[in-house]
Amino acid sequence: MIELSHIEKRFGDAVILKDISLQFPEGSVTALVGPSGGGKSTLLRCINLLELPTSGTVQVGEEVLDFAPGRKIGWQAIQKIRRQTGMVFQNFQLFPHRTAIENVMEGLVTVLKWPKERAAARATELLTKVGMANKADAWPSTLSGGQQQRVAIARALAPSPRVLLCDEPTSALDPELSAEVVDVLGTLAKEGTTMVMATHDLRLASQIANHVVFLENGSVVESGSARTIFGSPQHERTRRFISSINAAQGLEHTGPGSGTDG
Amino acid sequence: MPHWLQLMSDSLPTLLWAGIKFTVPLTLLSFAFGLILGLVTAVARLFAPMPLALVARFYVWVIRGTPLLVQLFVIFYGLPSIGILLDAFPAALIGFTLNIGAYSSEIIRAVISSVPRGQWEAAYSIGMNWRQAMGRTILPQAARVAVPPLSNTFISLVKDTSLAAAITVPELFQAAQRIVATTYEPLILYIEAALIYLVLSSVLSSLQDRLEKRFSRYGGMLEANR
Repeated sequence: MIELSHIEKRFGDAVILKDISLQFPEGSVTALVGPSGGGKSTLLRCINLLELPTSGTVQVGEEVLDFAPGRKIGWQAIQKIRRQTGMVFQNFQLFPHRTAIENVMEGLVTVLKWPKERAAARATELLTKVGMANKADAWPSTLSGGQQQRVAIARALAPSPRVLLCDEPTSALDPELSAEVVDVLGTLAKEGTTMVMATHDLRLASQIANHVVFLENGSVVESGSARTIFGSPQHERTRRFISSINAAQGLEHTGPGSGTDG
Repeated sequence: MPHWLQLMSDSLPTLLWAGIKFTVPLTLLSFAFGLILGLVTAVARLFAPMPLALVARFYVWVIRGTPLLVQLFVIFYGLPSIGILLDAFPAALIGFTLNIGAYSSEIIRAVISSVPRGQWEAAYSIGMNWRQAMGRTILPQAARVAVPPLSNTFISLVKDTSLAAAITVPELFQAAQRIVATTYEPLILYIEAALIYLVLSSVLSSLQDRLEKRFSRYGGMLEANR
């Protein structure tokens, strides 16, 4: 179980997140949706503490961490939470000086001090799962965006995290390449991987997520099952947002020479 | 054999010996120590709390703002007045190390900053601490970008070691001066010394090429990471 309680995040005077409380049960897949600047990414990064909340409580598994203005948080405490999470970034952020398999092995060898052979075996298993085993020894720069993102997913999963956090995992990809990433994430979801993803990609959200949270201006406007939010949203604001995205994605498919693909 | 060639070949062993005994060790040692100092200074300027960062800045400011020859004189001729007596070689080593430290720290600072922020986050996200992220993710990528500018510094250093002659280090250039004092053949001897420096620099340039090739195998920072 991952739980955020009364999370607030400020940068100076700007309030990015306002009193957000959410639960992400084991095995659930939650999509954070909403307009840019609404706080999706920041909220996601508050779970693995790449951003430290100004106040509130973050719980991942048994580890609980309380934040309050002026309170110092120790590195050990951050690590205890962060090590139970894996993250996938919009721009993949593979380590360019390491091959695909070395990328996946890196956390196991450097952080968890696994022996190389054991890490390589685990990495091969994960690369197979994301369909990248045949590119194990390739440099990231020789891979397509979709392939890089699949390797990045394998890297994030390597230490068997409790939750996989995905920050706009398909936004840097054209529709065809994003489909292969959606497939991989869909398989993981079916296998019971707990996921939280910030995304604009309604195909990704509607295919994979069973829970949707709509965020705007740092607050939760509406949350519920994916079917409810996408099918019959309660709030006017959510309705407008969903229909605008549907319209945009519709144009992409039918618009004559819209040229927006990719 | 013409006179000039005779003179050159006669003096070559002496010059080479001075080069091997002083120029090369002075260059290698001060570059190695200087790089360490440069890395520490760069990290202090980028990550250390204010007072330490200011100390680092002050050091770079002083060293870059004053002539190397004057610094060497201060260390070798000046410090004895306050009781610090150094032999010529250690004095030169300190002077050159301080110089390489200051100049390389600016390069190292720039190349560390050139690694995209997302790489830090990726390293942290798989559980690395600052040192692991720096050592395994950031520095290896920064090193690749640093090769050409640091090679520049290195090649300049080889030539600058000739300044050590002014504080009595019997290195290559001073050896040439001594021979000139007895043969009165400045043109021939100084050209010979220049040629030896040229050979040394060329060796370093080819080393740079090989390093760059080695580093380029992975194709550089990813466009998408920027």
